[in-house]
Amino acid sequence: MANGSTSAVLIKRLQHHYGDGALRKQVLSDIDLEIQAGEIVLLTGPSGSGKTTLLTLIGGLRQGQSGSLIILGRELIGAPANQLTLARREHGYIFQAHNLHRSLTAQQNVRMALEMRGDLEADEMDERARAMLHSVGLDDQLEAFPDQLSGGQKQRVAVARALVGNPPLLLADEPTASLDSRSGRDVVSLMQRLAREQGCTILLVTHDNRIFDVADRIVAMEDGRLLQH
Amino acid sequence: MSKRRTPLGWLQLKHDRGRLLVALAGIAFADVLMFTQLGFQRALYDSNTRLSRALKGDIVLISPRALNLQNLASFPRRRLLQARDVPGVIDAQGIYLNTLTWKNPQTRLNATVQVLGFDPDGQVLSLPEVVAQTNKLKLPDTILFDRGARGKYAKTIARVDKGDLVTTEAERRTLTIGGLFRLGASFGADATLLASDQSFLRLFPRRDPGSISLGLLRLAPGSDDNLVAERLRRHLPEDVKVLTAAGYVAFEEGYWRTASPIGVIFGLGTAMAFVVGMVIVYQVLSTDVNAHLAEYATFKAMGFRNRYLLLVIFEQALVLASLGFLPGLILPLGIYVMASRATALPIFMTSSRALFVFMLTVVMCLASGAIATRRLQAADPAELF
Repeated sequence: MANGSTSAVLIKRLQHHYGDGALRKQVLSDIDLEIQAGEIVLLTGPSGSGKTTLLTLIGGLRQGQSGSLIILGRELIGAPANQLTLARREHGYIFQAHNLHRSLTAQQNVRMALEMRGDLEADEMDERARAMLHSVGLDDQLEAFPDQLSGGQKQRVAVARALVGNPPLLLADEPTASLDSRSGRDVVSLMQRLAREQGCTILLVTHDNRIFDVADRIVAMEDGRLLQH
Repeated sequence: MSKRRTPLGWLQLKHDRGRLLVALAGIAFADVLMFTQLGFQRALYDSNTRLSRALKGDIVLISPRALNLQNLASFPRRRLLQARDVPGVIDAQGIYLNTLTWKNPQTRLNATVQVLGFDPDGQVLSLPEVVAQTNKLKLPDTILFDRGARGKYAKTIARVDKGDLVTTEAERRTLTIGGLFRLGASFGADATLLASDQSFLRLFPRRDPGSISLGLLRLAPGSDDNLVAERLRRHLPEDVKVLTAAGYVAFEEGYWRTASPIGVIFGLGTAMAFVVGMVIVYQVLSTDVNAHLAEYATFKAMGFRNRYLLLVIFEQALVLASLGFLPGLILPLGIYVMASRATALPIFMTSSRALFVFMLTVVMCLASGAIATRRLQAADPAELF
């Protein structure tokens, strides 16, 4: 956790590039960003502005190159792969596609996030998975496979999976992109309500201006730079 | 009820029934092939050593030029008398052995059989039916016939069983089938006849009575076979080879295992089946990994280690091995029955073979799984967003 600091995310002079030599392309330049614990921040910007790269770096999904990237009190630049794996366990993720496991029921999908932590008894994991699906309004779909759920329902299962472990940080990439406006709105309100209850920090990448109102702060990006703070 | 760990590998397999069935069919196919090959191989060894195992003797003498039961060469009968001089030896019997073309009593067509000639008063075979009927051999040109022979003998056997006097011809002599015993066909001989040494020598007038094919020594109770065999080797000239009873069975099996191509062919067949099974399982597992790459990448993003995903693949490999083995074990039972009817060979399932093939199946699946895990590298959580 944040160990005395109140910043969930603290980024200084972060640089990132893809490719080498003549093909080297700078995607992030001198990013400075601080997000307080419990804050809900929206990251917007045109395609190719580097939003997703920034999100994957913060999430520990990609190895950072230079600058400083302190997430939940842990420096991720230069951290070895297994440290990144441990860091990921502190995050909840919601993807543009739901990315649920097709062979698992809704409850089993949510339970996987608890199983990974390895500190709970089987019954408690089942109980918490059910409770989480209850709070996203899917009590009657516990045994449904993803193929049997609508897009909005699937995304709500994904929200339940991301939040069931009470992560201090929730990262979401275009969570409403594949949903109609109503279900999109529902999913985002759900994220907001649950995150507030759990005191969870949210960083949400989106184009969707219909959901801008949930944010405490909106950060825009263009050509690998942050426009405002 | 609920287990600590979600059996992800099993659930994944169960979810895609078509892929599961293909995998199980492939494994069962490989197992059936392996069982067939190993069953035939064992039948080869068993059938060809059946007579060797039925010999009643503690020590066997053969010519050093002997290859197998059908090619024994011969050695001087005098060696039996010399062997009796060695302490521990209490009895020595000689056996003449040759192949004979006789007229099948039922079809009247020529067929090749092997004939054993021995002294009816000296017990040389431990088969109870033979022990009970050796007196019949004392009648001239009377033989005992193998009820397990390969070929069209069913009517002949039925007639002998009824008590009819069945006769046939061989080498311009008339032979009478005085009785039946059960030995069974082998890869080396379709049928076996037992005759007295006198009848045998009448069938093969050019055979030197002083040259025997096989010597059987009985030892005093409590003697050490190996010790006496060693004494015999020192005592007897170089023109005879001394083997213990177990050593003689091993000698016969060794010929079929290594010197004859047949044993090797079955071994190769088993190896081929193993490789085919491995390729099928690899195809199924790597297709399954490919189909779940995004899900696996998601698990990595959630904080699961690579090790967890490796376990999922090995779990799948073990589930496939166990489930595929069942039909792979049951089908060969039927094949064994059919093959053993068709060939009169002793083909049957043994628990040690079942265990062996099960282990091969597990190794086959785990090896395929190990290769399939290389596809996991492609599961990159950074590509998910």
